[in-house]
Amino acid sequence: MKITVAEALIKALEFEGVEVMFGHPGGAILPAYDPLYDSPIRHILARHEQGAGHMAEGYAQATGKVGVAIATSGPGATNLITSLANAYMDSTPMVAITGQVPTYAIGNDAFQEAHTWGISMPATKHNYLVTDAADIPDVIHEAFQLAATGRPGPILIDLPKNILNTEIEWHEPTGKVDLPGYKPNTKGHPLQIRAAADLILAAERPVLYAGGGIIAAGAHAELLELAEKANLPVTTTLMARGAFPDSHPLSLGMPGMHGTYAAITAMQKSDLLIAVGARFDDRVTGDPDAFAPNAKVIHVDIDSSEIGKVRIAEVPIVGDARTVLGQLNDKLDRTLDGSAAPDHADWLETIRGWQRDKAVHYQQDPAGPIKPQFVVEELYRITGGNAIVVAGVGQHQMWASQLWKFTRPRTWINSGGLGTMGYAIPAAIGAKVGMPDQLVYAIDGDGSFQMTQQELTTAATHGVPVKIAVLNNNNLGMVRQWQTLFYRERYSGSELSPTTPDFVKLAEAMGCAGLRAEHPSEVGPVIEKSLTINDRPVVAEFKVDPDEMVFPMVPAGGSNDNVALSLEDLQ
Amino acid sequence: MKLHVLSVLVEDKPGVLARVSSMFARRGFNIHSLAVGPAAEPGNSVMTVVVNAAEIEQVVKQLRKLINTIKITELDPAESVEREVMLVRVSADAAKRGEVLDAAGVFKAKAVDVGAMSITFEMTGTPSKVNDFLELMRPYGLIDVVKSGWIALSRDSKTRNLRAIS
Repeated sequence: MKITVAEALIKALEFEGVEVMFGHPGGAILPAYDPLYDSPIRHILARHEQGAGHMAEGYAQATGKVGVAIATSGPGATNLITSLANAYMDSTPMVAITGQVPTYAIGNDAFQEAHTWGISMPATKHNYLVTDAADIPDVIHEAFQLAATGRPGPILIDLPKNILNTEIEWHEPTGKVDLPGYKPNTKGHPLQIRAAADLILAAERPVLYAGGGIIAAGAHAELLELAEKANLPVTTTLMARGAFPDSHPLSLGMPGMHGTYAAITAMQKSDLLIAVGARFDDRVTGDPDAFAPNAKVIHVDIDSSEIGKVRIAEVPIVGDARTVLGQLNDKLDRTLDGSAAPDHADWLETIRGWQRDKAVHYQQDPAGPIKPQFVVEELYRITGGNAIVVAGVGQHQMWASQLWKFTRPRTWINSGGLGTMGYAIPAAIGAKVGMPDQLVYAIDGDGSFQMTQQELTTAATHGVPVKIAVLNNNNLGMVRQWQTLFYRERYSGSELSPTTPDFVKLAEAMGCAGLRAEHPSEVGPVIEKSLTINDRPVVAEFKVDPDEMVFPMVPAGGSNDNVALSLEDLQ
Repeated sequence: MKLHVLSVLVEDKPGVLARVSSMFARRGFNIHSLAVGPAAEPGNSVMTVVVNAAEIEQVVKQLRKLINTIKITELDPAESVEREVMLVRVSADAAKRGEVLDAAGVFKAKAVDVGAMSITFEMTGTPSKVNDFLELMRPYGLIDVVKSGWIALSRDSKTRNLRAIS
């Protein structure tokens, strides 16, 4: 049967089980949109390609499936780049399909031509410019395999318009991936597993340092088993919130720049860090030379280049987090042979002391202004924590991560590595499309919100009833916080407007419900009200105190020995 | 900093060289020289990459991560053959011609073009020998120099295969 490459593309996507694509059409990709019209694949028309990309990421983060974005050549493709870079940093499985000018026009500065393959190369795990029409079914299959296996990541496929229009003989993807150099190692080396088990049983002050790899690998059950078996306190990075229940007595919360005092300090004092699917990011380590100076390191990662990149590991283990933790649990069972592992009672008691005395805190004056942390806590209380929480980037993101008690993986969706403001609205839409039966509540800042607010229209017109709490402090809050602390309160370029936009009117104009709370007593009722509106998206604006700052804080590049719990600690 | 010689077997696909050089640029690694050509097996290429780095492990791991990389071997100078080709045009009028040719003879450099005012030599040898010859010629006046970059092969199987590095 002869069909066009465009038709083959859509068939190949159906073959991969794609149920939804987020995109925006344009000249070069039009041939692919025609067969899409007849396909069961749902198309969500984003109002900007960056939004389409973040929707695909939010969908992937919420469901664990590969997210798919589609855009045209030139500006369509360049607008996708931020989302690709974001997905690359956060190891999110994603396939992006872009149109390209015809092969005979490539290099001639044709209308809407950009060198998408070159531009996207450092922002993707791998990318393709398809110049042989017959390749398409196998290229699509290869792309999905690469996106989802090993360390997941974004893959881009650039399709020239004349290739899309070429007729080929359709064949189902052979299912074979011909990549002689791509063989992710999933199983840990037995000798390394034994060395790791020995270190764990000998440690006096161990900390289990869980990263986003736990969620990517679906290793949360194995993580819990290991922590309980060996009495290991667990810290979950910004990308791993929900990988270990915050309600668990062994939970330390988040590490790093705005982590809990207990998590930061436990790592500093530790004699053994067991890092699993984590990459010793600078926001976790602070000054790497001063980080956890007395700790030996067991480092488990599927990407061998992460091991030894920042911190030398005494026991490096290349493998899939779930497989390796399973091996480690078995090894510990065999070694312990019924006897109990060290209980680390003194260590855990020391940690509990820090948790008691140095907890994250804030004060809500009943007379106002509304504290942003109070909004997060009220949201948690009123929803019972039963929501997928999505954040933008900035202060609101840190408060959401600090104060929400996550208990399940894939219920916290944010931009961790790249720090992409504007992530919340489109990522929430993607999450809600993937998980329509779950409450998806974005917690956003007014600065982040305004970067991608046009996607409210997407949510309203496609019937995707996300809810968005805007913590409006009229400022780029995290920038303002740094200016307060390190730039003598010179608020250069960080003030937004106290009146503009009118978030309620904006929401309504875009087909959403708009709500507002200006006084602490209104916070609860506004949240309650937001939960009753399910026929359209809801934007709930909370006018919050612009002077509130995120603490604890370790200033950038500083030693994690110096955790500031309040402004006074920094002065 | 130290020079490390990597022999990298890659799939011969469009853009592989760009992927390698882009990764080096992005990660701030220093390429001293890079030479590419077809491998023994059809469909593959061999790159000889000379890297100036204090630690080679991260360079190797990042190279390994590229999807089209098949195998990386670090070549130990004591256990491998390293060569470079240089073409150099040296200023030499009739009065100096004999002296320049004599000096080149010591290095077994081959005169491939002789003109009224210059001589062009082809010099093949270890990179250090090629460099020595260049320095010998410098005082006469270098008009043009072009080098191939290093190429290298292991002498036997005693090379460190870095695929196994974890």
